[in-house]
Amino acid sequence: MNWQTLAQALFGNEHTIERNGDVLLGTAQLQGQTIAVVGTTAHAAIGVETALAQAKAILQTVQLHPGRPILLLVDTQGQRLRHRDELLCINRFMAHMACCVDLARRSGHRVIALVYDQALSGGFITSGLMADTCHALPEAEIRVMRLPAMSRVTKISEDVLEALSLSNPVFAPGVENYVAMGGIASLWRGDLQASLLVALGDADITDQRAALGATRGGRKLSHAVTQRVVAA
Amino acid sequence: MKLSFSELSARERVAHLLDAASFKEILGPSERVVSPHLALLGVPFSFDDGVVIGSGRLNAQPVLIAAQEGEFMGGGVGEVHGAKLVGILHRALTTKPAAVLVLAESGGVRLHEANAGLIAISEVMRALLDVRAAGIPVVMLIGGANGCFGGMGLIARCADHIVMSDAARMSMSGPEVIESSHGVEEFDSRDRALVWRTTGGKHRFLMGDCDQLVEDDMDAFRAAAAALLGDSKKLTLEGLLAEQAMLSERIERFGDCHDALEIWQRLGVDHPEQVSNMEAAQMQHLLTENAMELA
Repeated sequence: MNWQTLAQALFGNEHTIERNGDVLLGTAQLQGQTIAVVGTTAHAAIGVETALAQAKAILQTVQLHPGRPILLLVDTQGQRLRHRDELLCINRFMAHMACCVDLARRSGHRVIALVYDQALSGGFITSGLMADTCHALPEAEIRVMRLPAMSRVTKISEDVLEALSLSNPVFAPGVENYVAMGGIASLWRGDLQASLLVALGDADITDQRAALGATRGGRKLSHAVTQRVVAA
Repeated sequence: MKLSFSELSARERVAHLLDAASFKEILGPSERVVSPHLALLGVPFSFDDGVVIGSGRLNAQPVLIAAQEGEFMGGGVGEVHGAKLVGILHRALTTKPAAVLVLAESGGVRLHEANAGLIAISEVMRALLDVRAAGIPVVMLIGGANGCFGGMGLIARCADHIVMSDAARMSMSGPEVIESSHGVEEFDSRDRALVWRTTGGKHRFLMGDCDQLVEDDMDAFRAAAAALLGDSKKLTLEGLLAEQAMLSERIERFGDCHDALEIWQRLGVDHPEQVSNMEAAQMQHLLTENAMELA
């Protein structure tokens, strides 16, 4: 779904979201409350500028509009793979964005993320995966790498990986697998505005993903291992 | 006699960093908490899944510690490995140590269990920021041959402090990944000098991306970590606004530079070409001498 259609589905005409480069910024009205919208489009490669532009919008929301909910719209091919970005320490820029999301949460802002198109590796970690909860459209694509690439890296045949991925969501791309592992809280179908309202109404802002992954059966060990370390 | 950080295993590093015989491992190899996914793939697994965690003392003060084993899958973060890191951070919230020390050596997400690794990295970041918000400092010690890349580079930059050796590297994407994506003209991964001055400890130190630069020496890491015990830097709106301003200025000031040598020159280093031969202590002197305005 393109971002204009998405914005329309979420907010009708009640929004001021604009595209600047690959960055989406604006506000929207939802049942009498204003929501800050921050995101990317066109499968953005997250470089130093893209990370900083999103961080700035989040900080401004915390500074000027205490408590205003934030919606992160995710469409990224991952971090930008350029020498210049590494020279400037891109991981600092991206971590800064993650820290801004975290600050917003601690300052009383609800932060909800929606993967509406594509979410890959580093670009996803510092946006959607830092939100209180991250949701996705059913047609969204989430992955670190595709099976052929994984086959090359791991030197395990694609057939074997494909067979394993039927029973184990850890191996294969796919939004359903991220739901099973708890990384995606829910899939939004039909009335997207209603889904957003439900997500905003969820009071729990602690990280429930490992527990969810255990309950749903897609990530069986994570929660138990963490609990054992705490209790040891 | 100097003991090289980079040449030791994760478990040896922990033993040498902490007060003698003070380390108590949690979920050690005898517990056999291993990756179920590697076993399914028929890939060798490790009884500690490549990360050593536990409690101990540093200069008689209680600390929690995690050390990644770069020799096992490049220190890659999988489901169990990530959960152990999250666990030790959560544990800090109740035991309130003087610091959580993370000896990071990792290529980031372990590609054999990529989906779980990706989620785990973000869980570690959120757990780390919980610890930081509780006023307990998280200190990253980076000195392994595999560097600190990908998701682990993100985790590192969420911590209160980063200590690197001049032999260490910290970055996001590995040079090989960038080269395969955009060609050898973009980033020649076999040009060791180029790789080092782009991602190495000296460049990160001159730019303020790591707080301290030390020799590849266990005693030096130990002293640096000890000095940071209890030194918490809570994240605040003011602090992040300052970071935002500094990073914007960085792009304006250095965004057109094609090489670290150009950046160092602009920073006021008289002879950038000599930096690669300098000792860590000389680097400190270089910063002080030039009174560089760094974050």
